Amino acid sequence: MHSFWIIFKQAFMTKARTKSFIITTLVVVAAFFLLANISNIIAVFDGDETEENVLHVLEEAPGLVPDLQAQLEALDSGIQVVPTYLTEEELQESIAEGTIDDYLVLTQNEQLSARYVSESANEMGSGSEIEIAVQAIHTALTAESLGLDDNQVGQLFMPVEFERQAISESSKSQEELSQARGLVYVLIMLIYVAVIYYPNMIAMEVATEKSSRVMEILISSVSPVKHMFAKIAGIGSLGILQMMIFGLAGYFAIKTAGTDLTEGFFSVMGFSEVKISTFLFAILFFLLGYFLYAVLAALLGSLVSRTEDVQQLMLPMMVLIIIASLIAFSGISIPEARYVTISSFIPFFAPLVMFLRVGMLDLPLWEPLLSIAIMLVTIGILGWFGARVYRGGVLMYGSSQSLKDIRKAIRLGNSK
Amino acid sequence: MALYVEQVTKKFGDFTAVDNLSLSIEEGGMHGFLGANGAGKTTTFRMILGLLDPTQGTVRWKGKPITYASSPDIGYLPEERGLYPKMKVEDQLVYLAQLRKMSKTDAKRETAGWLERFEVPHYGQKKVEELSKGNQQKIQLIASLLHKPSLLILDEPFSGLDPVNVEMLKKAILDFQKQGATIVFSSHRMDHVEELCDDMSILDRGKVVVGGSIKEVKRSFGKQKVRLNVDADLSHLSALPGVENFTKTKEGALFQVTDEEVAQVLLAKAMELGTLRHFALEEPSLEEIFIAKVGKHHA
Repeated sequence: MHSFWIIFKQAFMTKARTKSFIITTLVVVAAFFLLANISNIIAVFDGDETEENVLHVLEEAPGLVPDLQAQLEALDSGIQVVPTYLTEEELQESIAEGTIDDYLVLTQNEQLSARYVSESANEMGSGSEIEIAVQAIHTALTAESLGLDDNQVGQLFMPVEFERQAISESSKSQEELSQARGLVYVLIMLIYVAVIYYPNMIAMEVATEKSSRVMEILISSVSPVKHMFAKIAGIGSLGILQMMIFGLAGYFAIKTAGTDLTEGFFSVMGFSEVKISTFLFAILFFLLGYFLYAVLAALLGSLVSRTEDVQQLMLPMMVLIIIASLIAFSGISIPEARYVTISSFIPFFAPLVMFLRVGMLDLPLWEPLLSIAIMLVTIGILGWFGARVYRGGVLMYGSSQSLKDIRKAIRLGNSK
Repeated sequence: MALYVEQVTKKFGDFTAVDNLSLSIEEGGMHGFLGANGAGKTTTFRMILGLLDPTQGTVRWKGKPITYASSPDIGYLPEERGLYPKMKVEDQLVYLAQLRKMSKTDAKRETAGWLERFEVPHYGQKKVEELSKGNQQKIQLIASLLHKPSLLILDEPFSGLDPVNVEMLKKAILDFQKQGATIVFSSHRMDHVEELCDDMSILDRGKVVVGGSIKEVKRSFGKQKVRLNVDADLSHLSALPGVENFTKTKEGALFQVTDEEVAQVLLAKAMELGTLRHFALEEPSLEEIFIAKVGKHHA
C-alpha cells in the first residue's frame, strides 16, 4: 500500500504543479467570473452614452404617461417612462447620436395607437413589453368607454387556468423539466469534458513514462497493476479537485455578481430547488465514467512507444465518448426516446446517457442501479484485461502502433 | 549461492531468447555478462528481476523467487536509460527510492552524498533533460543503488561514457560490492569485465558458451601466446607440434600454443637460433576468447 500512495501522490502533485494545469484552472475560473459579471461590465462601458431603460414618450394625447408607467411596473420591466416635448425629427437625431435608445409615439383618436421607434430592429425585443403595456391601457380605456364596472373588468381580465400535465409516471412536470434541463445540461457538459480530459492525461502520462524508458525502472520496483491503478486514482483525485474548484468558482461568481442574472440563472438552472440527488448522481457518474475511460486510456497508452502516437491510438476511445455525448445532448429534449433508454445501459454511454435520464426523468431506482452495476462489472473486466495488456505493453517497444498490438502485449504479459 | 538461475529458458513465440541458461553467483560476488547484441542478456535480467516469467526453469535469490516483495532488496539499471526528463534530479531519485521503500529523509541524505561523490552536487535541483548524457548516466546509476540493494543488476553501465567517468563509476561499483552487494552486470567491453569481475558468462544466442571464474576460463581456453623477440627467422618453428598459429612481428614472432610445455620447447629452440631479447607467455584476453567462441557466427 505504501508504494501505491507514493505513486498516487506523485501523479497528483506533478500534474497539479504543471503550468498547463494551473493556467487552465485559472482561465476557467476567470471566465466564470467574467461571464457572470458580463452585464455589469457592459454597463460600465455603455453607461456614459445612453440613459439605461428610459423610454421617451411623445404624447399627442397627454395624460397616459402615469398609466403606462404603472403598467410597465406591473410587468416588472424596469422601464422608466419620461414624457418628452421634442419633435420627432429631434428625437430621431438623438437616436442617431446615441443619446437615447428609443422613443414611443402615443396617439389617441377613436382608438389608442402607438409607434415604437428604435435604432435598429435588434432592439425591437424591448418593444414587446411596451406593446403589452399599451394593449392593457387600451383594454382598460375600452372597458371604461363601454361602461363596465371594476368588477366586470376584473372578470374580463381573469387569467385562464392553464396547466400542463404529463400522464407518464416517469415524466416530470413541465415546470420541473425545464428547471432540470439547464442543470442536467451543465452537468453532462462537465462529465463529458472530464471523461475526455483526464483519461487523455493518463494516456499521455503512461506514454511519457514509456518513451522516456523510466517505466522499466518503475515496474521493476512496483507491480504494473499497482502502478496503473495508483496513477488512475491520483489523476482522478486531481480531476475531482479541479471540478470542485470550477463548481465553487461558478457558484460564487454568480452569487457575487449581484445582477438580475443571479436570480434568473438560479431558477433556470434549477438551483433554486437544489436536487441533491441530481448532484450525487453527477458525482457518481463522473467517477464511474472517469474510471471506465481511464482504464481504457492507460491500456492504450501502454501500447505506444512514443508520445506522438498516443492521439492516434486514442481515436477509437474518443469516438465512443463523442457518440455518447451526441446521444446525451440530443436526448435532453427527448429523454424518453427508445435509443436513449437502450444506450443508457451500454457501459461506455451510460455515464452520460444514464445521468441524463436520471436527471430528466423520475426513474425507478433499479434502472440507474442496474446501469451502475453494468458499469462496475465493465470496469472490473476492463481493469483485469487492461492490467494484462499493461503488464506486457509497458515492456514492448516497436514501431507499429495499432490495436493489434494488444494481442502481442497480452502474450508478453501472459508469459509474465 | 545467493543468486541461483537454474536451467532457465525463455521463448517468445517460436523464438528462443534464452536457452537453458544456468548461473549461480555467490553473495558479494560480481558476475560479468558478455554477449553480442541480441544474445539474451536483457531478457535474462528481466527474468531475474521478475519482469518476465521464464518459460521453463527457476530463478532464486537467497532461496526465494524474486517478487515485488523483494523490491527493496533489488537495484536495476536498465540498458535503455530511463528517467523523467522534466523532473528535478533530487525529486526523481527520492521518488524512485521511495518506491523501493526507502524513507524520504534517508533518500534525500543519500542523494546528496552520491551527487557529492560524483562531483555533481549542484545537479540536485536541475532537470534531467538539462544534463549531458554522461551525467544522466551517473544519475541513473545512483537511482539503481540509492536504496542500498543487496542485489544490483546493471545492464551496460558504462556504455557511452568518457574514460574519466568510466573510472569514477567503476570505483563506485567496486566500493558498493565491498559493502556486501551482489552485482551482475553486462557489457560489450571485455576489459571492463576482466577488470571488475571474478566470474563471467559469455552468452551467444541465448546459450552460455563460456562460463565460470575468469582464471579458469582463461586456463581452460587452452590457448596461450608466446612472444619471442629474436633476430632470426622463426618461421620454421611454426611446424612444431602444439603450435596453432604463427605471426611474424617487427621484433620477432608471436606463437599461439596449446599449453605451457610447448612454450618451453619454443623458448629452447629460439635461444639456439640467436640472441633472445624478450620472452613472454601471455594469457589470452577475454576479447580473444569471445571472438573465438562467438565471433565465428557473426563473422
